[in-house]
Amino acid sequence: MSATLQAAPAPTAGPVPRGDAGAHTQVGAPILRITALRKSYGAHEVLKGIDLDVARGEVVAIIGKSGSGKSTLLRCINGLEVFQQGSLIVDGRHLLHDNPKAMRELRQGVGMIFQSFNLFPHLTVGQNVMLAPHLVKRRGRAQNAERARALLARVGLSEKFDAMPDKLSGGQQQRVAIARALAMDPAIMLCDEITSALDPELVGEVLRVVESLADEGMTLLMVTHEMSFARKVADRVIFMHQGLVHEMGPPETIFGAPQTPELRQFLGLMEGSAA
Amino acid sequence: MSFDFLSILAQWPLLLRGAAWTIGLTALATLFGATLAVAGAWARSQGPRPLGWLVGAYVELIRNTPFIVQLFFIFFGLPELGIRLSPGVASVCAMTINLGAYATEILRAGIEATPRGQIEAAQSLALSRTQIFLHVVLPPALKTVWPALVSQIVIVMLGSAVCSQISTEELSYATNLIQSRNFRAFEAYIVGTLGYLGLAILLRHLLNWAGPRFLFGR
Ligand SMILES: Nc1ncnc2c1ncn2[C@@H]1O[C@H](COP(=O)(O)OP(=O)(O)OP(=O)(O)O)[C@@H](O)[C@H]1O
Ligand SMILES: [Mg+2]
Repeated sequence: MSATLQAAPAPTAGPVPRGDAGAHTQVGAPILRITALRKSYGAHEVLKGIDLDVARGEVVAIIGKSGSGKSTLLRCINGLEVFQQGSLIVDGRHLLHDNPKAMRELRQGVGMIFQSFNLFPHLTVGQNVMLAPHLVKRRGRAQNAERARALLARVGLSEKFDAMPDKLSGGQQQRVAIARALAMDPAIMLCDEITSALDPELVGEVLRVVESLADEGMTLLMVTHEMSFARKVADRVIFMHQGLVHEMGPPETIFGAPQTPELRQFLGLMEGSAA
Repeated sequence: MSFDFLSILAQWPLLLRGAAWTIGLTALATLFGATLAVAGAWARSQGPRPLGWLVGAYVELIRNTPFIVQLFFIFFGLPELGIRLSPGVASVCAMTINLGAYATEILRAGIEATPRGQIEAAQSLALSRTQIFLHVVLPPALKTVWPALVSQIVIVMLGSAVCSQISTEELSYATNLIQSRNFRAFEAYIVGTLGYLGLAILLRHLLNWAGPRFLFGR
Protein backbone atom coordinates (compact mmCIF):
# COMPACT_ATOMS: atom_id res chain seq x y z
CA MET A 1 0.00 0.00 0.00
CA SER A 2 1.41 3.35 -0.97
CA ALA A 3 1.72 6.18 1.49
CA THR A 4 -1.19 8.08 0.05
CA LEU A 5 -1.89 11.21 2.01
CA GLN A 6 -5.56 12.06 1.84
CA ALA A 7 -5.14 15.49 3.32
CA ALA A 8 -8.32 17.06 2.04
CA PRO A 9 -8.44 20.49 3.59
CA ALA A 10 -10.97 21.00 6.33
CA PRO A 11 -13.52 23.60 5.28
CA THR A 12 -12.14 26.12 7.72
CA ALA A 13 -8.56 25.54 6.63
CA GLY A 14 -9.45 25.99 2.97
CA PRO A 15 -8.23 29.07 1.22
CA VAL A 16 -10.36 32.15 1.55
CA PRO A 17 -12.27 32.76 -1.67
CA ARG A 18 -10.94 35.91 -3.17
CA GLY A 19 -12.55 38.61 -5.27
CA ASP A 20 -15.92 38.26 -6.96
CA ALA A 21 -16.13 34.50 -6.64
CA GLY A 22 -17.53 35.10 -3.20
CA ALA A 23 -20.79 36.40 -4.64
CA HIS A 24 -22.46 32.99 -5.00
CA THR A 25 -20.45 31.09 -2.45
CA GLN A 26 -22.20 28.53 -0.33
CA VAL A 27 -19.83 28.46 2.57
CA GLY A 28 -18.26 25.07 3.10
CA ALA A 29 -19.71 23.25 0.08
CA PRO A 30 -16.91 22.10 -2.23
CA ILE A 31 -17.38 23.20 -5.82
CA LEU A 32 -15.97 19.89 -7.00
CA ARG A 33 -16.33 16.60 -5.17
CA ILE A 34 -14.83 13.46 -6.64
CA THR A 35 -15.48 10.23 -4.78
CA ALA A 36 -13.85 6.85 -5.40
CA LEU A 37 -13.52 7.51 -9.11
CA ARG A 38 -12.22 4.64 -11.22
CA LYS A 39 -11.60 4.75 -14.93
CA SER A 40 -10.16 2.16 -17.29
CA TYR A 41 -9.49 1.87 -20.98
CA GLY A 42 -10.40 -1.73 -21.65
CA ALA A 43 -8.47 -3.83 -19.14
CA HIS A 44 -6.04 -0.99 -18.38
CA GLU A 45 -7.10 0.83 -15.24
CA VAL A 46 -5.87 4.41 -15.45
CA LEU A 47 -7.58 6.01 -12.42
CA LYS A 48 -7.71 3.68 -9.46
CA GLY A 49 -9.99 5.39 -6.97
CA ILE A 50 -9.61 9.15 -6.85
CA ASP A 51 -11.05 11.14 -3.94
CA LEU A 52 -10.77 14.87 -4.26
CA ASP A 53 -12.62 17.91 -2.96
CA VAL A 54 -11.92 21.35 -4.33
CA ALA A 55 -13.16 24.44 -2.53
CA ARG A 56 -14.56 27.47 -4.27
CA GLY A 57 -11.81 29.85 -5.31
CA GLU A 58 -9.13 27.27 -4.70
CA VAL A 59 -6.20 26.92 -7.08
CA VAL A 60 -5.05 23.32 -7.40
CA ALA A 61 -2.01 22.22 -9.35
CA ILE A 62 -1.73 18.61 -10.47
CA ILE A 63 1.74 17.24 -11.09
CA GLY A 64 3.03 13.77 -11.87
CA LYS A 65 4.84 11.62 -14.36
CA SER A 66 3.66 11.07 -17.91
CA GLY A 67 0.93 8.44 -17.93
CA SER A 68 -0.01 8.90 -14.28
CA GLY A 69 -3.56 9.83 -15.29
CA LYS A 70 -3.54 13.63 -14.89
CA SER A 71 -5.23 14.41 -18.21
CA THR A 72 -7.65 11.56 -17.79
CA LEU A 73 -8.73 12.91 -14.41
CA LEU A 74 -9.26 16.40 -15.79
CA ARG A 75 -11.20 15.05 -18.76
CA CYS A 76 -13.46 13.05 -16.48
CA ILE A 77 -14.51 16.25 -14.71
CA ASN A 78 -16.30 17.66 -17.78
CA GLY A 79 -17.36 14.34 -19.20
CA LEU A 80 -14.92 14.11 -22.10
CA GLU A 81 -14.04 10.71 -20.65
CA VAL A 82 -16.56 8.28 -19.24
CA PHE A 83 -15.61 6.68 -15.93
CA GLN A 84 -16.85 3.31 -14.73
CA GLN A 85 -17.09 3.79 -10.96
CA GLY A 86 -17.40 6.53 -8.41
CA SER A 87 -19.21 9.84 -8.44
CA LEU A 88 -18.41 13.35 -9.46
CA ILE A 89 -20.31 16.48 -8.45
CA VAL A 90 -19.60 19.92 -9.88
CA ASP A 91 -21.30 22.92 -8.31
CA GLY A 92 -24.04 20.71 -6.90
CA ARG A 93 -24.66 18.83 -10.16
CA HIS A 94 -24.03 15.13 -10.47
CA LEU A 95 -22.20 14.11 -13.60
CA LEU A 96 -24.57 11.86 -15.57
CA HIS A 97 -22.98 10.54 -18.74
CA ASP A 98 -26.11 9.20 -20.34
CA ASN A 99 -28.14 12.38 -19.92
CA PRO A 100 -27.07 14.85 -22.65
CA LYS A 101 -29.09 17.69 -21.17
CA ALA A 102 -27.57 17.26 -17.71
CA MET A 103 -24.13 17.00 -19.30
CA ARG A 104 -24.60 20.29 -21.14
CA GLU A 105 -25.74 21.98 -17.94
CA LEU A 106 -22.77 20.67 -16.02
CA ARG A 107 -20.37 21.68 -18.78
CA GLN A 108 -21.64 25.25 -18.71
CA GLY A 109 -20.08 25.48 -15.27
CA VAL A 110 -16.77 23.90 -16.27
CA GLY A 111 -14.37 25.69 -18.60
CA MET A 112 -11.52 23.78 -20.18
CA ILE A 113 -8.30 24.99 -21.79
CA PHE A 114 -6.32 22.53 -23.87
CA GLN A 115 -2.66 22.14 -24.65
CA SER A 116 -3.39 22.61 -28.37
CA PHE A 117 -5.68 25.70 -28.04
CA ASN A 118 -8.37 24.17 -30.29
CA LEU A 119 -9.75 27.44 -31.58
CA PHE A 120 -12.34 27.12 -34.33
CA PRO A 121 -10.28 27.94 -37.43
CA HIS A 122 -13.15 29.21 -39.60
CA LEU A 123 -14.28 31.83 -37.08
CA THR A 124 -12.69 35.13 -36.14
CA VAL A 125 -11.33 35.60 -32.64
CA GLY A 126 -14.47 37.48 -31.64
CA GLN A 127 -16.73 34.80 -33.14
CA ASN A 128 -14.78 32.11 -31.31
CA VAL A 129 -15.54 33.83 -28.03
CA MET A 130 -19.19 34.55 -28.88
CA LEU A 131 -20.23 31.20 -30.38
CA ALA A 132 -21.08 29.27 -27.22
CA PRO A 133 -22.79 32.12 -25.34
CA HIS A 134 -24.88 32.73 -28.46
CA LEU A 135 -25.85 29.09 -29.03
CA VAL A 136 -26.02 27.83 -25.47
CA LYS A 137 -26.88 30.82 -23.33
CA ARG A 138 -28.87 32.65 -26.05
CA ARG A 139 -27.03 35.79 -25.08
CA GLY A 140 -28.19 38.78 -27.14
CA ARG A 141 -26.00 39.98 -30.00
CA ALA A 142 -24.98 43.35 -28.58
CA GLN A 143 -24.43 42.07 -25.07
CA ASN A 144 -22.47 39.10 -26.40
CA ALA A 145 -20.17 41.30 -28.46
CA GLU A 146 -19.63 43.68 -25.58
CA ARG A 147 -18.76 40.81 -23.26
CA ALA A 148 -16.41 39.26 -25.82
CA ARG A 149 -14.58 42.56 -26.25
CA ALA A 150 -14.24 42.95 -22.50
CA LEU A 151 -12.86 39.42 -22.14
CA LEU A 152 -10.42 39.88 -25.00
CA ALA A 153 -9.27 43.11 -23.37
CA ARG A 154 -8.78 41.20 -20.15
CA VAL A 155 -6.41 38.75 -21.83
CA GLY A 156 -4.67 41.62 -23.62
CA LEU A 157 -6.05 41.04 -27.10
CA SER A 158 -8.66 43.74 -27.60
CA GLU A 159 -7.24 44.65 -31.03
CA LYS A 160 -7.58 41.07 -32.32
CA PHE A 161 -11.39 40.86 -32.30
CA ASP A 162 -11.65 40.50 -36.09
CA ALA A 163 -8.44 38.51 -36.63
CA MET A 164 -8.47 34.89 -37.76
CA PRO A 165 -6.89 32.41 -35.30
CA ASP A 166 -4.18 31.26 -37.72
CA LYS A 167 -2.83 34.81 -37.82
CA LEU A 168 -2.05 34.72 -34.09
CA SER A 169 0.95 33.40 -32.20
CA GLY A 170 0.49 30.34 -29.99
CA GLY A 171 0.45 32.47 -26.88
CA GLN A 172 -2.22 34.72 -28.35
CA GLN A 173 -4.31 31.73 -29.45
CA GLN A 174 -4.14 30.28 -25.97
CA ARG A 175 -5.28 33.58 -24.48
CA VAL A 176 -8.21 33.63 -26.89
CA ALA A 177 -9.05 30.11 -25.73
CA ILE A 178 -9.08 31.38 -22.15
CA ALA A 179 -11.38 34.26 -23.09
CA ARG A 180 -13.63 31.80 -24.94
CA ALA A 181 -13.93 29.61 -21.86
CA LEU A 182 -14.54 32.60 -19.58
CA ALA A 183 -17.39 33.79 -21.81
CA MET A 184 -19.50 30.93 -20.46
CA ASP A 185 -19.01 32.18 -16.90
CA PRO A 186 -17.66 28.87 -15.62
CA ALA A 187 -17.49 28.19 -11.92
CA ILE A 188 -14.32 26.16 -12.37
CA MET A 189 -11.60 26.11 -15.01
CA LEU A 190 -9.59 23.06 -16.03
CA CYS A 191 -6.20 23.65 -17.64
CA ASP A 192 -4.29 20.73 -19.13
CA GLU A 193 -0.66 21.67 -19.71
CA ILE A 194 -1.76 24.82 -21.43
CA THR A 195 1.76 26.13 -22.03
CA SER A 196 3.36 22.87 -23.18
CA ALA A 197 2.84 23.58 -26.87
CA LEU A 198 4.25 27.09 -26.65
CA ASP A 199 7.65 28.47 -27.48
CA PRO A 200 9.43 29.33 -24.20
CA GLU A 201 9.19 33.07 -24.78
CA LEU A 202 5.38 32.85 -25.06
CA VAL A 203 4.80 30.90 -21.86
CA GLY A 204 4.93 33.94 -19.62
CA GLU A 205 2.07 35.85 -21.24
CA VAL A 206 -0.29 32.89 -20.79
CA LEU A 207 0.77 32.18 -17.22
CA ARG A 208 0.22 35.83 -16.32
CA VAL A 209 -3.38 35.55 -17.50
CA VAL A 210 -3.89 32.37 -15.46
CA GLU A 211 -2.39 34.06 -12.44
CA SER A 212 -4.74 36.99 -12.81
CA LEU A 213 -7.67 34.55 -12.90
CA ALA A 214 -6.41 32.98 -9.71
CA ASP A 215 -6.10 36.40 -8.11
CA GLU A 216 -9.67 37.21 -9.05
CA GLY A 217 -10.97 34.15 -7.27
CA MET A 218 -11.54 31.69 -10.12
CA THR A 219 -11.45 28.06 -9.08
CA LEU A 220 -8.62 26.50 -11.05
CA LEU A 221 -7.53 22.92 -11.55
CA MET A 222 -4.40 22.83 -13.60
CA VAL A 223 -2.12 20.08 -14.78
CA THR A 224 1.27 21.64 -15.21
CA HIS A 225 4.95 20.95 -15.66
CA GLU A 226 5.78 24.54 -14.68
CA MET A 227 6.86 23.77 -11.13
CA SER A 228 7.81 27.32 -10.22
CA PHE A 229 4.40 28.52 -11.40
CA ALA A 230 2.61 25.83 -9.38
CA ARG A 231 4.62 26.82 -6.36
CA LYS A 232 3.76 30.50 -6.76
CA VAL A 233 0.07 30.31 -7.67
CA ALA A 234 -1.35 27.08 -6.25
CA ASP A 235 -3.07 26.82 -2.90
CA ARG A 236 -2.63 23.08 -3.03
CA VAL A 237 -0.54 20.70 -5.08
CA ILE A 238 -1.56 17.17 -5.95
CA PHE A 239 1.03 14.62 -6.96
CA MET A 240 -0.46 11.80 -9.00
CA HIS A 241 1.26 8.47 -9.33
CA GLN A 242 -0.05 5.37 -11.12
CA GLY A 243 -3.65 6.51 -11.18
CA LEU A 244 -3.84 7.63 -7.56
CA VAL A 245 -3.49 10.84 -5.61
CA HIS A 246 -0.19 9.87 -4.08
CA GLU A 247 0.62 12.98 -2.10
CA MET A 248 -1.16 16.25 -1.59
CA GLY A 249 -0.57 19.43 0.33
CA PRO A 250 0.35 23.10 0.20
CA PRO A 251 3.13 23.91 -2.27
CA GLU A 252 5.66 24.63 0.47
CA THR A 253 5.28 21.10 1.82
CA ILE A 254 5.05 19.30 -1.51
CA PHE A 255 8.10 21.02 -2.94
CA GLY A 256 9.92 21.74 0.31
CA ALA A 257 9.34 18.55 2.27
CA PRO A 258 8.10 15.74 0.01
CA GLN A 259 7.03 12.73 2.07
CA THR A 260 7.11 9.82 -0.40
CA PRO A 261 10.10 8.51 -2.33
CA GLU A 262 8.03 8.65 -5.54
CA LEU A 263 7.46 12.39 -5.19
CA ARG A 264 11.10 12.96 -4.24
CA GLN A 265 12.18 11.06 -7.31
CA PHE A 266 9.74 12.97 -9.52
CA LEU A 267 10.90 16.35 -8.23
CA GLY A 268 14.48 15.29 -8.74
CA LEU A 269 13.71 14.40 -12.33
CA MET A 270 11.97 17.70 -12.93
CA GLU A 271 14.94 19.62 -11.54
CA GLY A 272 17.25 17.58 -13.73
CA SER A 273 15.29 18.35 -16.87
CA ALA A 274 14.97 22.03 -16.02
CA ALA A 275 18.72 22.45 -15.59
CA MET B 1 -15.44 23.62 -97.36
CA SER B 2 -17.25 26.60 -95.91
CA PHE B 3 -18.56 27.23 -92.42
CA ASP B 4 -21.77 28.90 -91.60
CA PHE B 5 -21.89 29.90 -87.95
CA LEU B 6 -24.36 32.69 -88.58
CA SER B 7 -27.17 30.31 -89.36
CA ILE B 8 -26.54 28.68 -85.96
CA LEU B 9 -26.30 31.92 -84.06
CA ALA B 10 -29.45 33.14 -85.75
CA GLN B 11 -31.19 30.57 -83.57
CA TRP B 12 -30.05 32.37 -80.44
CA PRO B 13 -33.44 32.37 -78.72
CA LEU B 14 -33.39 28.55 -78.80
CA LEU B 15 -29.81 28.43 -77.56
CA LEU B 16 -30.48 30.93 -74.82
CA ARG B 17 -33.53 28.98 -73.70
CA GLY B 18 -31.44 25.81 -73.64
CA ALA B 19 -28.70 27.46 -71.60
CA ALA B 20 -31.30 28.81 -69.19
CA TRP B 21 -32.65 25.28 -68.73
CA THR B 22 -29.16 23.92 -68.08
CA ILE B 23 -28.52 26.65 -65.52
CA GLY B 24 -31.88 26.10 -63.85
CA LEU B 25 -31.46 22.32 -63.65
CA THR B 26 -27.97 22.71 -62.23
CA ALA B 27 -29.00 25.34 -59.69
CA LEU B 28 -31.85 23.22 -58.33
CA ALA B 29 -29.81 20.01 -58.33
CA THR B 30 -26.96 21.77 -56.53
CA LEU B 31 -29.28 23.19 -53.90
CA PHE B 32 -31.12 19.92 -53.22
CA GLY B 33 -28.10 17.68 -53.83
CA ALA B 34 -25.89 19.61 -51.41
CA THR B 35 -28.60 19.50 -48.75
CA LEU B 36 -28.97 15.78 -49.30
CA ALA B 37 -25.20 15.41 -49.03
CA VAL B 38 -25.01 17.27 -45.71
CA ALA B 39 -27.70 15.00 -44.31
CA GLY B 40 -26.04 11.93 -45.83
CA ALA B 41 -22.58 12.84 -44.54
CA TRP B 42 -24.02 13.45 -41.08
CA ALA B 43 -25.79 10.10 -41.12
CA ARG B 44 -22.67 8.28 -42.27
CA SER B 45 -20.26 9.91 -39.82
CA GLN B 46 -22.35 10.42 -36.68
CA GLY B 47 -25.92 9.32 -37.28
CA PRO B 48 -27.53 6.13 -36.00
CA ARG B 49 -25.90 2.98 -37.36
CA PRO B 50 -28.80 1.63 -39.48
CA LEU B 51 -29.28 5.02 -41.11
CA GLY B 52 -25.57 5.14 -41.87
CA TRP B 53 -25.77 1.77 -43.61
CA LEU B 54 -28.79 2.85 -45.60
CA VAL B 55 -26.99 5.95 -46.81
CA GLY B 56 -23.94 3.83 -47.59
CA ALA B 57 -26.06 1.57 -49.78
CA TYR B 58 -27.54 4.57 -51.58
CA VAL B 59 -24.09 6.02 -52.24
CA GLU B 60 -22.76 2.74 -53.62
CA LEU B 61 -25.85 2.20 -55.77
CA ILE B 62 -25.56 5.60 -57.41
CA ARG B 63 -21.79 5.63 -57.78
CA ASN B 64 -21.78 2.26 -59.50
CA THR B 65 -24.51 2.77 -62.08
CA PRO B 66 -24.65 5.06 -65.14
CA PHE B 67 -26.41 8.38 -64.81
CA ILE B 68 -28.52 7.72 -67.89
CA VAL B 69 -29.92 4.55 -66.32
CA GLN B 70 -30.79 6.47 -63.16
CA LEU B 71 -32.52 9.09 -65.26
CA PHE B 72 -34.46 6.53 -67.34
CA PHE B 73 -35.50 4.69 -64.20
CA ILE B 74 -36.99 7.86 -62.76
CA PHE B 75 -38.64 8.99 -65.99
CA PHE B 76 -39.72 5.68 -67.56
CA GLY B 77 -39.61 3.32 -64.59
CA LEU B 78 -41.41 5.19 -61.86
CA PRO B 79 -44.66 5.69 -63.84
CA GLU B 80 -45.16 1.94 -63.36
CA LEU B 81 -45.59 2.80 -59.67
CA GLY B 82 -47.93 5.64 -60.56
CA ILE B 83 -45.24 8.31 -60.13
CA ARG B 84 -45.36 10.33 -63.32
CA LEU B 85 -42.88 13.20 -63.55
CA SER B 86 -42.40 15.85 -66.23
CA PRO B 87 -39.02 15.74 -68.04
CA GLY B 88 -37.83 18.78 -66.10
CA VAL B 89 -38.77 17.41 -62.68
CA ALA B 90 -37.38 13.97 -63.52
CA SER B 91 -34.12 15.59 -64.61
CA VAL B 92 -33.79 17.59 -61.39
CA CYS B 93 -34.53 14.46 -59.36
CA ALA B 94 -31.96 12.37 -61.18
CA MET B 95 -29.30 15.07 -60.94
CA THR B 96 -30.06 15.66 -57.25
CA ILE B 97 -29.82 11.99 -56.38
CA ASN B 98 -26.65 11.64 -58.41
CA LEU B 99 -24.91 14.69 -56.95
CA GLY B 100 -26.16 13.82 -53.47
CA ALA B 101 -24.37 10.47 -53.53
CA TYR B 102 -21.01 11.74 -54.76
CA ALA B 103 -21.13 14.82 -52.55
CA THR B 104 -21.97 12.69 -49.50
CA GLU B 105 -18.70 10.82 -49.91
CA ILE B 106 -16.73 14.00 -50.60
CA LEU B 107 -18.17 15.76 -47.57
CA ARG B 108 -17.70 12.75 -45.31
CA ALA B 109 -13.98 12.85 -45.97
CA GLY B 110 -13.91 16.49 -44.88
CA ILE B 111 -15.96 15.78 -41.78
CA GLU B 112 -13.71 12.94 -40.71
CA ALA B 113 -10.69 15.22 -41.07
CA THR B 114 -11.97 17.47 -38.26
CA PRO B 115 -9.38 17.52 -35.48
CA ARG B 116 -10.70 15.73 -32.39
CA GLY B 117 -9.61 18.66 -30.24
CA GLN B 118 -12.02 21.07 -31.89
CA ILE B 119 -14.94 18.80 -31.15
CA GLU B 120 -13.79 18.41 -27.56
CA ALA B 121 -13.46 22.18 -27.20
CA ALA B 122 -17.02 22.56 -28.47
CA GLN B 123 -18.24 19.85 -26.09
CA SER B 124 -16.52 21.62 -23.20
CA LEU B 125 -18.38 24.78 -24.17
CA ALA B 126 -21.64 22.85 -23.70
CA LEU B 127 -22.68 22.83 -27.35
CA SER B 128 -25.15 20.09 -28.30
CA ARG B 129 -24.27 17.42 -30.87
CA THR B 130 -26.29 19.15 -33.55
CA GLN B 131 -24.75 22.53 -32.79
CA ILE B 132 -21.28 21.02 -32.94
CA PHE B 133 -22.03 19.48 -36.34
CA LEU B 134 -23.53 22.61 -37.85
CA HIS B 135 -21.23 25.25 -36.36
CA VAL B 136 -17.92 23.54 -35.67
CA VAL B 137 -17.58 20.50 -37.94
CA LEU B 138 -19.44 21.40 -41.12
CA PRO B 139 -17.94 24.79 -42.08
CA PRO B 140 -14.27 23.72 -42.02
CA ALA B 141 -15.23 20.43 -43.69
CA LEU B 142 -16.93 22.34 -46.52
CA LYS B 143 -13.88 24.53 -46.84
CA THR B 144 -11.56 21.52 -47.07
CA VAL B 145 -13.58 19.72 -49.71
CA TRP B 146 -14.89 22.75 -51.60
CA PRO B 147 -12.61 22.30 -54.66
CA ALA B 148 -13.70 18.65 -54.99
CA LEU B 149 -17.33 19.60 -54.47
CA VAL B 150 -17.15 22.35 -57.10
CA SER B 151 -15.69 19.86 -59.60
CA GLN B 152 -18.48 17.42 -58.87
CA ILE B 153 -21.14 20.08 -59.39
CA VAL B 154 -19.55 21.00 -62.72
CA ILE B 155 -19.55 17.33 -63.71
CA VAL B 156 -23.25 17.10 -62.90
CA MET B 157 -23.92 20.27 -64.92
CA LEU B 158 -22.14 18.79 -67.93
CA GLY B 159 -23.89 15.47 -67.33
CA SER B 160 -27.25 17.22 -67.60
CA ALA B 161 -26.73 17.05 -71.37
CA VAL B 162 -27.99 13.48 -71.06
CA CYS B 163 -31.36 14.83 -69.93
CA SER B 164 -32.08 15.76 -73.57
CA GLN B 165 -32.73 12.01 -73.95
CA ILE B 166 -36.03 12.43 -72.11
CA SER B 167 -36.65 15.65 -74.08
CA THR B 168 -35.70 18.10 -71.38
CA GLU B 169 -35.07 21.20 -73.44
CA GLU B 170 -31.63 22.08 -72.15
CA LEU B 171 -28.60 23.28 -74.07
CA SER B 172 -27.69 20.04 -75.85
CA TYR B 173 -31.36 19.50 -76.77
CA ALA B 174 -31.35 22.94 -78.37
CA THR B 175 -28.11 22.17 -80.20
CA ASN B 176 -29.48 18.88 -81.52
CA LEU B 177 -32.64 20.58 -82.63
CA ILE B 178 -30.74 23.26 -84.56
CA GLN B 179 -28.45 20.82 -86.37
CA SER B 180 -31.39 18.60 -87.28
CA ARG B 181 -33.06 21.59 -88.88
CA ASN B 182 -30.16 22.97 -90.92
CA PHE B 183 -27.77 19.98 -91.02
CA ARG B 184 -24.87 22.16 -89.88
CA ALA B 185 -23.68 19.60 -87.32
CA PHE B 186 -20.08 20.80 -87.19
CA GLU B 187 -20.97 24.40 -86.45
CA ALA B 188 -23.88 23.51 -84.17
CA TYR B 189 -21.75 21.30 -81.94
CA ILE B 190 -18.94 23.83 -81.83
CA VAL B 191 -21.40 26.44 -80.61
CA GLY B 192 -22.86 23.93 -78.15
CA THR B 193 -19.39 23.01 -76.92
CA LEU B 194 -18.46 26.65 -76.41
CA GLY B 195 -21.73 27.14 -74.57
CA TYR B 196 -20.93 24.35 -72.09
CA LEU B 197 -17.36 25.56 -71.76
CA GLY B 198 -18.53 29.06 -70.91
CA LEU B 199 -21.14 27.81 -68.45
CA ALA B 200 -18.66 25.51 -66.72
CA ILE B 201 -16.08 28.26 -66.30
CA LEU B 202 -18.74 30.63 -65.01
CA LEU B 203 -20.10 28.07 -62.59
CA ARG B 204 -16.63 27.33 -61.23
CA HIS B 205 -15.94 31.01 -60.64
CA LEU B 206 -19.33 31.57 -59.08
CA LEU B 207 -18.93 28.66 -56.64
CA ASN B 208 -15.34 29.54 -55.78
CA TRP B 209 -16.53 33.04 -54.96
CA ALA B 210 -19.70 32.07 -53.11
CA GLY B 211 -18.30 29.27 -50.92
CA PRO B 212 -15.97 31.32 -48.72
CA ARG B 213 -18.41 34.19 -48.71
CA PHE B 214 -21.56 32.42 -47.59
CA LEU B 215 -20.64 28.98 -46.33
CA PHE B 216 -17.40 28.76 -44.44
CA GLY B 217 -15.73 32.15 -44.00
CA ARG B 218 -12.29 33.20 -45.14
N1 LIG C 1 -7.86 7.08 -25.35
C1 LIG C 1 -7.07 6.23 -24.66
N2 LIG C 1 -7.12 4.91 -24.89
C2 LIG C 1 -6.33 4.04 -24.21
N3 LIG C 1 -5.47 4.42 -23.25
C3 LIG C 1 -5.37 5.71 -22.97
C4 LIG C 1 -6.16 6.69 -23.65
N4 LIG C 1 -5.86 7.92 -23.16
C5 LIG C 1 -4.92 7.70 -22.22
N5 LIG C 1 -4.64 6.39 -22.11
C6 LIG C 1 -3.66 5.81 -21.15
O1 LIG C 1 -4.02 6.23 -19.86
C7 LIG C 1 -2.88 6.51 -19.10
C8 LIG C 1 -2.97 7.89 -18.49
O2 LIG C 1 -2.95 8.84 -19.54
P1 LIG C 1 -3.04 10.39 -19.29
O3 LIG C 1 -3.08 11.04 -20.60
O4 LIG C 1 -4.13 10.68 -18.34
O5 LIG C 1 -1.64 10.68 -18.56
P2 LIG C 1 -1.01 12.07 -18.17
O6 LIG C 1 -0.70 11.98 -16.73
O7 LIG C 1 -1.85 13.20 -18.61
O8 LIG C 1 0.34 12.04 -18.98
P3 LIG C 1 1.11 13.22 -19.75
O9 LIG C 1 1.94 13.92 -18.72
O10 LIG C 1 1.98 12.49 -20.73
O11 LIG C 1 0.10 14.09 -20.40
C9 LIG C 1 -1.69 6.29 -20.00
O12 LIG C 1 -1.15 5.02 -19.72
C10 LIG C 1 -2.27 6.32 -21.38
O13 LIG C 1 -1.54 5.48 -22.21
MG1 LIG D 1 -1.69 14.70 -20.11
